[in-house]
Amino acid sequence: MDRFALDVAHLFAGGLVLVSFMLLYQDRMTGLVNNFALHALVVSLSVAWQAHIQHAPHLYITAAIALAVKAVVIPLALHRIIVQLGIHRTIEQVVGIGQTMLAGIGLVALSIMVMLPITAAAGTLAREDLAFALSVVLLGLLMMISRRNAVSQVIGFMSIENGLILAATGAKGMPLVVEISVAFSILIALIVIGVFLFRIRERFETVDVQALHEHRGEQP
Amino acid sequence: MLPVGLPWVGAHLRLDALAAFFLVVVNLGGATASLYGLGYGRHEEAPGRVLPFFPAFLAGMNLVVLADDAFTFLFAWEFMSLSSWALVMAHHRRPGNAAAGYLYLLMASFGTLALLLAFGLLAGAAGGYAFEGIRSAMPSTGIAGAVLALALIGAGSKAGIVPLHVWLPLAHPAAPSHVSALMSGVMTKVAVYGFVRIVFDLLGTPAWWWGALIALMGGVTAIMGVLHALMEHDLKRLLAYHTVENIGIIFIGLGLSLAFQANAMPAAAALALTAALFHVFNHCVFKSLLFFGAGAVLTATGERDMEHLGGLIHRMPLTAFAFLIGSAAISALPPFNGFVSEWLTFQAILLSPALPQWLLKFLVPAIGALLALSAALAAACFVKAFGITFLGRARTQVARDAVETDARSLAAMFVLVALCLVAGVLPGYFIDALAPVTRALAGARLPSQEGLQWLTIVPIAESRSSYNGLLLFAFIALAAGLGAEVIHRWASNATRRSAPWDCGFPDPSPVTQYTAGSFSQPIRKVFGTVVFRAREEVDVPAPGDSRAAQLRVRLRDVLWDVLYVPIGAVVTFAAGWLNKVQFMTIRGYLTLVFGALVLLLTVLAAWQ
Repeated sequence: MDRFALDVAHLFAGGLVLVSFMLLYQDRMTGLVNNFALHALVVSLSVAWQAHIQHAPHLYITAAIALAVKAVVIPLALHRIIVQLGIHRTIEQVVGIGQTMLAGIGLVALSIMVMLPITAAAGTLAREDLAFALSVVLLGLLMMISRRNAVSQVIGFMSIENGLILAATGAKGMPLVVEISVAFSILIALIVIGVFLFRIRERFETVDVQALHEHRGEQP
Repeated sequence: MLPVGLPWVGAHLRLDALAAFFLVVVNLGGATASLYGLGYGRHEEAPGRVLPFFPAFLAGMNLVVLADDAFTFLFAWEFMSLSSWALVMAHHRRPGNAAAGYLYLLMASFGTLALLLAFGLLAGAAGGYAFEGIRSAMPSTGIAGAVLALALIGAGSKAGIVPLHVWLPLAHPAAPSHVSALMSGVMTKVAVYGFVRIVFDLLGTPAWWWGALIALMGGVTAIMGVLHALMEHDLKRLLAYHTVENIGIIFIGLGLSLAFQANAMPAAAALALTAALFHVFNHCVFKSLLFFGAGAVLTATGERDMEHLGGLIHRMPLTAFAFLIGSAAISALPPFNGFVSEWLTFQAILLSPALPQWLLKFLVPAIGALLALSAALAAACFVKAFGITFLGRARTQVARDAVETDARSLAAMFVLVALCLVAGVLPGYFIDALAPVTRALAGARLPSQEGLQWLTIVPIAESRSSYNGLLLFAFIALAAGLGAEVIHRWASNATRRSAPWDCGFPDPSPVTQYTAGSFSQPIRKVFGTVVFRAREEVDVPAPGDSRAAQLRVRLRDVLWDVLYVPIGAVVTFAAGWLNKVQFMTIRGYLTLVFGALVLLLTVLAAWQ
């Protein structure tokens, strides 16, 4: 495998981590959704590149699905939801951007430290891809726990899924059917979560999950 | 392999010498308890709560002894625990019984957990759970030590090794009396079997410190058990504490045997093991007998508290006789069986100067002193138990109205009385019968006792020590008979004058008699402050006040305060914290999962 192919693959994977940091930083709803679209775009580019260098044409289909569903359909749907919920102008109070970013950097360091020694036997491509993918997953989890808005949590959840796709395509021979089923389950999850968002909103007049806890009669 | 058990796994059952010996113990106890239960059970208010579980309990104990793989062993062990728990809970509405059952269940599951871990370690990574495979595998020193500790916890919690004995004096008396006899006389022996099977048979060559540890625990158990028994006024609970003491004596023998074995002294190891196993048999016999006697008293009077009894020898002479023989046997008085096994244990202790390790040289005589002290205290305790319960005058109306128990119960008791005497007078046959067990486990046997003159037993060499139960029995019978004859012939005929002020018996009320509390008071003075944190409060009324003065004694189990109360506090704290965790917010859960993930990843990164 030539040097150039490797570098481009690393560029895309590293770019995905960078966009994850942007997601972590972004505190406006519309900006967050746009960032997520960018996240999905980078993933689909990365998958397409993998398809090219691994000569695996079915990965092109994966890339196309990721592009169509996660970079176009889901962001559009989320934009609609945000507008309908009337939260497109809200600025979410994100606690301690600085600390969150620092924690994120720590997580990336951790995942590299874990992954590189373990995968010493695997090919170079898979190794670094796996390290980046684990970082994206951990950053998504961090986003889910540091946000209070239900929409941001949904986006955090879907960015985790993007990290999983990155990991899966890095390994050779991933069957297409797995990818398609994962993509569809994400789509269905979006629908379900969307419905729930509206139900929550109807009931509590907010999508701040804090309200749910208060409804349970507890302090957060 | 028999076609029983799980499909494709099956159950391995095997009957070797050790299992055969314990089968004899289990089924002897089971048979006499069943015979006794035929009579005793007529007074049962809810037989439906006892009858289904009694045979299940017996079956469980038999299966434990026969099991030849870890699955079958643990299954049977747990089956035995659960069915005996059901029997403990037979009278669950009586105050205290539910708590006793709960504590028993807790300790039993804890013990089974320890045994499960022990077998897991023994089976190793290959996972051969049949005893055949475990026996051939040689565990490393560290693993063998861990298995020993786990076996000690697992089997010890069932047998009642201090400090795991706390459930025993609560649970054993709570059950109906024939079940108490089974639990005390037989189930604790099954626990001893489990320990012997794991440590002597499966674990391979012992290290010398195993013997030191086990013998020391045995000594502490013996002394603590008998001290608790002395303080106890509840007849059945007193017997249960004596079970703790006797388990201590058995474990002293087992520990010595391990110590001798580790130093390649097979003859001495065989002697200590014979002493322990003979005591297993003896304790099963006389403890069952004593519990049957206590049960007979309980059915006749409805009382377990000795302070409310007294004078029963007039109303229940046969029960009193049987109880007296049992008391003499458990107090290790010749010519009964308890003496022989304790004497053999002492013979093993006297061999300890030959041991090369200095710790053992010093420790074993100290354990011998503990054993001697506990034997003496046991005798004191049974003087109290027999004297307060059966002698003197009745302290309450129920004791005055007691009637002799039924024929079946008496038959069961007298079978055991006969066994106490036979095993005490003719111990040679029993020792020879144990030879295959010691040859299999300790690699040697005691010299054959057959054909020695006058049925003497000689554990090591005739020049060293020997004991002749038959001659001693003849001598005691002769001396006692002659003494009684002399006293009757001459002493009773002498003219008697009654004292003018009726000294010694100024008040005809039975409450002026010596009580169980007064009997144990001197011993409480000596040991009480250290072992029991005893507090006495004397409440003397002011002059002119006509109410009675009162003496209150408060005893606390120090072990309970030091060990169990902190554990309980930690568990309560952890449960309270976990309760809070159970009602976290969604974000809280996610944080928890995230934190756990990051922690595990960090460990993984640091591991490499």
